[in-house]
Amino acid sequence: MARISPDQLRSLPPDSAIQFDSQGHLRHFLTISGVPREALTQILDTAESFMTFGEREIKKVPLLRGKTVVNLFFEASTRTRTTFELAAKRLSADVINMNAARMSTSKGETILDTVRTLEAMHTDLFVVRDSASGASHLIARHLPEYVRVINAGDGRHAHPTQAMLDMFTIRQKKGGFEGLKVAIIGDILHSRVARSQIHALATLGVDEIRVIGPRTLIPTEIESMGVTVTSNMSEGLRDIDVVMMLRLQRERMDGQLVPSEQEYFSQYGLTEEKLQVADTKAIVMHPGPINRGLEIASSVADGDRSVILSQVTNGIAVRMSIMATLMGGTEAVR
Amino acid sequence: MNPVSLDPIVSQMTANLRDRNLRNPILIGIHTGGAWVAERLHAELALSSKLGTLDISFYRDDFSRVGLNPKVKSSDLPEGVEDRNIILVDDVLHTGRTIRAALNEIFSYGRPASVTLAVALERPGRELPIEASIVGKAIEPADKQQAQVTLKDNQLSYQLVDSSANAQST
Repeated sequence: MARISPDQLRSLPPDSAIQFDSQGHLRHFLTISGVPREALTQILDTAESFMTFGEREIKKVPLLRGKTVVNLFFEASTRTRTTFELAAKRLSADVINMNAARMSTSKGETILDTVRTLEAMHTDLFVVRDSASGASHLIARHLPEYVRVINAGDGRHAHPTQAMLDMFTIRQKKGGFEGLKVAIIGDILHSRVARSQIHALATLGVDEIRVIGPRTLIPTEIESMGVTVTSNMSEGLRDIDVVMMLRLQRERMDGQLVPSEQEYFSQYGLTEEKLQVADTKAIVMHPGPINRGLEIASSVADGDRSVILSQVTNGIAVRMSIMATLMGGTEAVR
Repeated sequence: MNPVSLDPIVSQMTANLRDRNLRNPILIGIHTGGAWVAERLHAELALSSKLGTLDISFYRDDFSRVGLNPKVKSSDLPEGVEDRNIILVDDVLHTGRTIRAALNEIFSYGRPASVTLAVALERPGRELPIEASIVGKAIEPADKQQAQVTLKDNQLSYQLVDSSANAQST
């Protein structure tokens, strides 16, 4: 597998360096930040080979046979957990789903106690979602070296596997990243997806990343990530190749950050009309679940440009690829 | 040594396969060398069925030791394998582990009527009870040598090379 050099490793910030072992192999997948282009490309290439599995009589490969994967979700999620579960099962792993919000943590047990208990049952890989940023990092730091951790979304921080399935979908539909103009639209401030997408797009070398949304939903420091910011849709969508919508959480609709649903849709909701200035072959993406009529019109979500369902399908292959990448060559460590 | 052409070896394999009189067989070559040999056999046998290819990376038994092959390709079996007579083709039969993995992968697509193993070269060193029905040529390389099949300028050939420390067993 692709590995990073000792020099590269030393230059990484600690929250990215923790993902690599001393040989430079990717061992956890917590953030896209700091993962080199070759490693991301290899994950996409491997996912490509997993794409054909849907058509097999037996949709499984034995790569993770005998391994135990725990989906540890401290925050509710159906879609992400289901695709992780399916991905792990197609790799022949045994899978345990823990909706921990309703279990031990509510009895006062800390996250680390829960994890250590599960580790004592010889878990090989944790898939972690939590509403607090840094939860998967915390877990990765406290587990023995042979246990792997995948971040399935932590607070506002990162959602690296979502970003990777988005990258896979872009490459599948556009053939590559060079020369592409990409817009990310909506609630950037609260979005872990947007942060991971920006890191991935920048690493893979798109031409331009634009961020579009109301000023109240765009973090002030975002330009330092190499993006251009606008709150004008027709300006931001001009000649765009890829439109990445974000989900607007309705709980933000209290009038503080966003005026009203109607007002938001008329200004930032993606419609056929607003897309007229985009490239004629532009694609539209959304991580789901969709708020129809709030951030995106139904006619666009179900229209010719939409690749939303491809994203869901691709999510399984991409998560298989990430799990296989992390779990390969683990025997020597034990 | 200089590269040796595989053309006469493939012709020999073709003749032996014809003698077997398999009913409506499908050819499946194992990436990468086996797929090259299978392509030649497919042309010489003039089969009407489409050629299949397997990448056995996801079925290897050394995944937890060495990890995933970074250049894994997609397997492609356009014909389906259910109730078919399969000719499984590889370039070199050595330990037998690749063939074990390939058989497992084929069975994840369905239940073939039969599987006939055809290899261009075989060498001693079996670690599993697997033998080929069709052998182009038996070779006996030295311990630290490896038979390497190459395709260059449309020339399919093999040569014995000193195996590098991390060469994967075939």
